[in-house]
Amino acid sequence: MSAGVATASGSAAERPAVERRRRLPFSPWHLILFPTAVVFALPLLWMVLSSFMSNAQINQFPPTIIPDSLHIDGWRTVLDDSQFPRWFLNSTIVALVTVVSNLVFCSLAGYAFARLRFRGSTVVFLLILFTLVIPFQLTMIPTFIVMDKLGIVDTLAALIVPALVLPLGVFLMRQFFVNLPREVEEAARIDGCSRLGVLVHVALPLARPALATLAALTFLLMWNDLLWPLIAISSDENATLPLGLTTFQGQHTQDFSAVMAGNVITVVPVLIAFLLAQRTFIESLTSSAVKG
Amino acid sequence: MSAPAPPPRTFAQRILGEHPTAWAFVLPAVVIIIGLAIVPIVWSLVLSFKSADLISPSQWVGLSNYDALLSDPKLREAIQHTVVYTALFVPISIALGLFLAIALNRPIRLIGIYRTAILAPFIASVAAQGVLFSFIFDQRFGVANAVLDNLGLGRMGFLGDPDQALFVIVLIGIWGGIGFPLVIYLAALQDVPRELIDAAAVDGARRWGVLRHVVLPQLYPVTIFLAVWQTLLSLQLFDLVYATTRGGPLDATFVIVYYIYNQAFELFNAGYAAAIAYVVALFLLVLVAAQLGYNRWRARRA
Repeated sequence: MSAGVATASGSAAERPAVERRRRLPFSPWHLILFPTAVVFALPLLWMVLSSFMSNAQINQFPPTIIPDSLHIDGWRTVLDDSQFPRWFLNSTIVALVTVVSNLVFCSLAGYAFARLRFRGSTVVFLLILFTLVIPFQLTMIPTFIVMDKLGIVDTLAALIVPALVLPLGVFLMRQFFVNLPREVEEAARIDGCSRLGVLVHVALPLARPALATLAALTFLLMWNDLLWPLIAISSDENATLPLGLTTFQGQHTQDFSAVMAGNVITVVPVLIAFLLAQRTFIESLTSSAVKG
Repeated sequence: MSAPAPPPRTFAQRILGEHPTAWAFVLPAVVIIIGLAIVPIVWSLVLSFKSADLISPSQWVGLSNYDALLSDPKLREAIQHTVVYTALFVPISIALGLFLAIALNRPIRLIGIYRTAILAPFIASVAAQGVLFSFIFDQRFGVANAVLDNLGLGRMGFLGDPDQALFVIVLIGIWGGIGFPLVIYLAALQDVPRELIDAAAVDGARRWGVLRHVVLPQLYPVTIFLAVWQTLLSLQLFDLVYATTRGGPLDATFVIVYYIYNQAFELFNAGYAAAIAYVVALFLLVLVAAQLGYNRWRARRA
């Protein structure tokens, strides 16, 4: 590192700091960041705006950028004459059930792998690590056959069961507990607390940040998934939002405001959750990199 | 759950560890992960040596699925499209992610709003991103063509043009996927020791010099990780294609996973699909192994 610094030094000595200052009243980075932020945010704003346009407004040429009047035809179609409310419910059920089950089972397993000594633990944990690097398209065909054998294809259960315990979640929780100091738990043990008691009363309250991360990650994965619902679900009424949305789009190719209203329903709940708990979401993204 | 273990451990417990409690803790996880990940991995391998349509009983066909994939023009095309997507998406998303992370890693006003705006698309489901951009890039009614028209430029086919569709998908992929490299680089920048930067500044290094010779070398391992990760993502591209072009127009955006899905669940050649999936998975495993090997080599050197 010091070699690199040495090569860079020298040149700056003759350049006083004053000269380097531009005469902008704000940081020059705004000139880059402001347009970039607009480019990234504008499509989402456009989505919300166009859901409130009439098809005439959208179809007119050139398209209206700022509508002169708001219309709710698209929303009416989506809320009254489509399965969107049903899909929303399905997505919510699938996401909530898997979030809860992952919180429970990943904590239990992660804690056991981090703290308890038992025969086979290394082998089993290595197997779980191994499944982390297996792409889904390799397991999706047999998983479909298993769901078929269980008789739950085309039900919400087919979406929930494969995601009850995510390998990544087990790994995340284990990492957290490994890095947690043992002392507090040992005090509780000496007071006669069972392992489960220690986990529930001592370790889990300390694990709140890790649990929030796991919940956010599971929720995102489940709410946004398309490929597996596409395979496992065949009836309209059992679809989740991403699957329903793509189907709906195929059936309403010219009804843009309705499609965008459906899109808003699909995206906005996650977006609101993200705005409320940005830190947790960002942590859940970075933590999924830990496995690398 | 088993009875609470009395604190002073018995001799037997010391020998056996805590088997009953521990296994009770891990059992649900093990059942699900073994049953729905490990078993399918093996099952897929078996399936790849069979002719299976998911309905009638399957038959052994030996290596003929693997034979067939070597001379399948449609698969070759799917691989080409996937490679083009990967070759564009990986370097662009990493370079842009790094650039934006450096820009966002600055204590200026509005930075929180900028960060939220740039990260927001990544949170949205890829299916929704695809549906949104099919509308924006719609040939007749989309805003993209309206803007081109207003600028006096010609209208474009975008997703409807076989020569453009794949590149438009790359563009959408970057819009929706930049969040990941960005967040990873932001976290990595926080970890660059402040003393290193200060020391360089004291030595008279200019901003660019500090970046080039102090910060970037620190980000090297993260960049390797991102290169592998983004490659894995690109090779598994599916949702975006399904939500925009469904592989069209004229198969111009037909990619590998779309082909696997198509073979297994639309044409019911599950055995053949499993064989393709296996070849792709082995390739991905080699990539991951190379990255892990690199990490270990670097750790040993340090």
